[in-house]
Amino acid sequence: MTQRALATPPRLPPQPPRSLRFAGMGKSGSADRTFGALGAGAAGALGLVLIGVAVSVARIAWPSIQASGFSFVTTSVWDPSRGVFGALAFVWGTILTSTVALILAVPIGLGVALFLTDLGPPHLRKPVSSLVELLAAIPSVVYGLWAALVLAPILRTTVQPALAKIGGPLFRGPNVGFGILCASLVLAIMLLPTIASVSRDVLRAVPAELREGALALGATPWDAVRLVVLPHARHGVFGAILLGVGRAVGETMAVAAVVGSRADISPSLFAPGYTMSSVIANEFPVASSELHIAALAEVGLLLFVITVAFNVAARILVARSNKSAAGAQA
Amino acid sequence: MTPELESAYSGRKLASRFATGASSVAVVLALLPLVAVFAYVVSRGARAISIPFFVEPIGERGAGMANAIVGTIQLVFLASAMGIPLGIMAGLYLAEYKATRLARAVRFSADVLAGVPSILVGVVVYAVVVVWMKQFSAFAGAAALAIVMLPLVARTTDELARAVPDSLREAALALGASRWRTALFVVLRTAAPGIRSGCLLAVARVCGETAPLLFTAYNNRFYNDSLLDPTSTLQVQIFTYTMTPNDDWHAQAWAAALVLVAIVIVLGVVARRLLDEKVPG
Amino acid sequence: MRSLSPRLAVVIGFVASGALAAASSCTRSGDGPKVIDGAGATLPYPLYAKWSSEFARLDTSVRVNYQPLGSGAGIRQTCDGVIDFGATDEPMTDEQMKSSPVPLVHVPMTIGAVVVTYNVPGVKELKLTPGVVADVFRGAVRSWDDPRVRETNPNVTLPAKPITVVHRADGSGTSATFTTFLSKSSDAWRADVGSGVSPRFPIGVGARGNDGVTAYVKATPYAIGYVELAYARQANLPIALVKNRAGNYVEPTLAALDRAAQTALPRMPDDLRLSIVDSEAEAAYPIAALSFLVIPRDAENRPKAEALARFVWWGLHDGQRYAADLGYAPLPPEIVTRATEAVRGLRAEGKPIILSSGGVTGGS
Repeated sequence: MTQRALATPPRLPPQPPRSLRFAGMGKSGSADRTFGALGAGAAGALGLVLIGVAVSVARIAWPSIQASGFSFVTTSVWDPSRGVFGALAFVWGTILTSTVALILAVPIGLGVALFLTDLGPPHLRKPVSSLVELLAAIPSVVYGLWAALVLAPILRTTVQPALAKIGGPLFRGPNVGFGILCASLVLAIMLLPTIASVSRDVLRAVPAELREGALALGATPWDAVRLVVLPHARHGVFGAILLGVGRAVGETMAVAAVVGSRADISPSLFAPGYTMSSVIANEFPVASSELHIAALAEVGLLLFVITVAFNVAARILVARSNKSAAGAQA
Repeated sequence: MTPELESAYSGRKLASRFATGASSVAVVLALLPLVAVFAYVVSRGARAISIPFFVEPIGERGAGMANAIVGTIQLVFLASAMGIPLGIMAGLYLAEYKATRLARAVRFSADVLAGVPSILVGVVVYAVVVVWMKQFSAFAGAAALAIVMLPLVARTTDELARAVPDSLREAALALGASRWRTALFVVLRTAAPGIRSGCLLAVARVCGETAPLLFTAYNNRFYNDSLLDPTSTLQVQIFTYTMTPNDDWHAQAWAAALVLVAIVIVLGVVARRLLDEKVPG
Repeated sequence: MRSLSPRLAVVIGFVASGALAAASSCTRSGDGPKVIDGAGATLPYPLYAKWSSEFARLDTSVRVNYQPLGSGAGIRQTCDGVIDFGATDEPMTDEQMKSSPVPLVHVPMTIGAVVVTYNVPGVKELKLTPGVVADVFRGAVRSWDDPRVRETNPNVTLPAKPITVVHRADGSGTSATFTTFLSKSSDAWRADVGSGVSPRFPIGVGARGNDGVTAYVKATPYAIGYVELAYARQANLPIALVKNRAGNYVEPTLAALDRAAQTALPRMPDDLRLSIVDSEAEAAYPIAALSFLVIPRDAENRPKAEALARFVWWGLHDGQRYAADLGYAPLPPEIVTRATEAVRGLRAEGKPIILSSGGVTGGS
């Protein structure tokens, strides 16, 4: 499925037609082979890097996989001093921050994408599009700096006390500013451009005839979006969201700066937490025992599997959506 | 039009206007953090930037970040030197041999690799390069950044080279050019503006990459003597200073953030202009 | 339209940055100064940073690059052989010594104080018993106006606000010293949490490094945390006095730290791994730490090893005078003597190192 979705049908024969080889290019045959070999080597290196990453993370993680087995992902006690390692709290923190970030970023990102393709005034589309790309270009550490020094104090003094009045399990507990909520907000900001730009591309790929047809039949722009464009692009939009999830799960520095660094499972958004990537950033360089390193690598392995799964699923969906759009156009 | 239809249509028009309004609100909400981040980076950064910032190395309080700036440039340059040629070569191969099993598998792994969190690249480079060399080093950091760049460059090259019409290839081959000549002098040259632009975007991306450097390039209070010594970088230094209680260091972090954001934006603008360049021709 | 060709700009930019990068690395290679990489404890970092700068001025052939990543990091990276020396506030355990692939030497360098610092608006002084500190940090005392806090602070108005505990998120000798002290003072703490470089605190927020904890405490009203004295001072945070074993509330003065070290001195083993926490002396500060460098006994690179030895030797002697200003107690002479012996015992490439201290002993 994957390969079929990603590869285009061959249009060029892998070797030049036999007739062309007569064109006085006796020496170029070996040059061609060298070129092919070099290219294959470079491409192979790329593949090897991926395999290398997976294998070496797994190899470092092996002692921990052996020691903890399945309980690694079902227990939440992370106590390096006593050699007890359960990663559930990091998984929980990752899920919670990503979910909250998605709840915030998906509607806004989709709104932006629709503004850029269907709903916004055409002369505003290009500048808005550039600005959204700018949002994606700001490095993660800079978001971390801003979140730790600007956002967290605002949360502590203004936002969280207001939310605490609503109460409930989500909004209670210590009000520090640093914590799940702060991390989720930064993540939401960082996901937004991914979701917006990938959805925009997917929506753009919907054939113009479909839109024009709907509009010609008297549909309003929103009708066209609701009845024609979104249904047609739904797989792709879902893929864009999954790409966003992949980004959220892997995001490290901005989260590490504000998440509160605490291996704990709490439903409260005010509570400090930890994510899989930020625990690696914080503890990998300082881990004091082999088992600790291995446990962190196992967290890394989990992270690898999760992000790869989301990315693969997302790319299949986006590719299928764009392809079916292209098919409809043809 | 019957009155019922009329009212139904005006209702739908209202809904459409509402949807447009909602999407505009989404745009405002999306740009709000952009404005907020920019305002802080520019105002705080501009206040903290000074001549010592650019000429003094990191040291005790109040000193500059000259060695971090040099470190970032060094790493990005070295990473580009490793990642870009390899990436272009791989991308060209993917495009020219697009249907082979290897090409499909590699294209797939490039997509996957692009999604792997960069912190894991750091873990692997630590385990493989740093522990083996028994030394944190600028080289290890550059290797990590090159790995981050590789799939980006390869996939951009692949996409753009595949977009080159086959008629051009066939014309070159018909004129007696060999396959490698066709690839390098026809396909690559035709796709060059886009590829250059894509490479610049990849460079911009790694300018801000921090996670893979934490335990590879490490940090250094001084200029590094060689590529085999650890080096400071703007990115890591921003992160380090973020976590301090000290206002001076916060100011330095804002200034560094301003420099970093400026670099990234300039690269982005140049990349955009490179793309535009091919249009007027 | 094409006034400045972007293509040209890119080429120029790349060549320029490449030249800069090459120049910066080439001009300094060859006979340039030797860079010695160290990492570890954040507790003595302000002092080591000062030493690094001062020493670079005296001996231009050596650069000491010390990174404050936490004691856990210092020990592990030294064991991995990726840095030249580590630093820790808590001597390595027998188990750690055994599991290290290379034999390591401990060299005590300075004495620091771990202080309990807090951010309660309006409260300038606070006295706490070790038992209450333990209960605060394990979540048994959760409010600032808890009767047990009020008991030792009858004249202080304490607000009815929940206490926010800030602890270290990284492996830290400061944590080890602090939790060792609490384990010695509180049975409940020993059972619930125990001691070590990365203890598992039942409540609170984690922060990286002494800097991080200080930053969090400073930014968060009603927070409490533990940091090295110098950090609390630099951030103008108040310090809670903790009752010592003899029953006195002693300020973390140089004299009180020196007292803790002097009292523990007779217990110092041959390998110098001495803990001075929870001293029984009347005038001793209770949460004191002897801060060590951890150096591989057999180095692979002789010039580097000798440069490092020169730096350590200088720190043990001339360097001590920078300690007091930063809130660290200079080492008692007896410890200096024994530490110097340890430095003389270092070896490189299979032979003892030669400590040519000529150029750097003069002082400035």
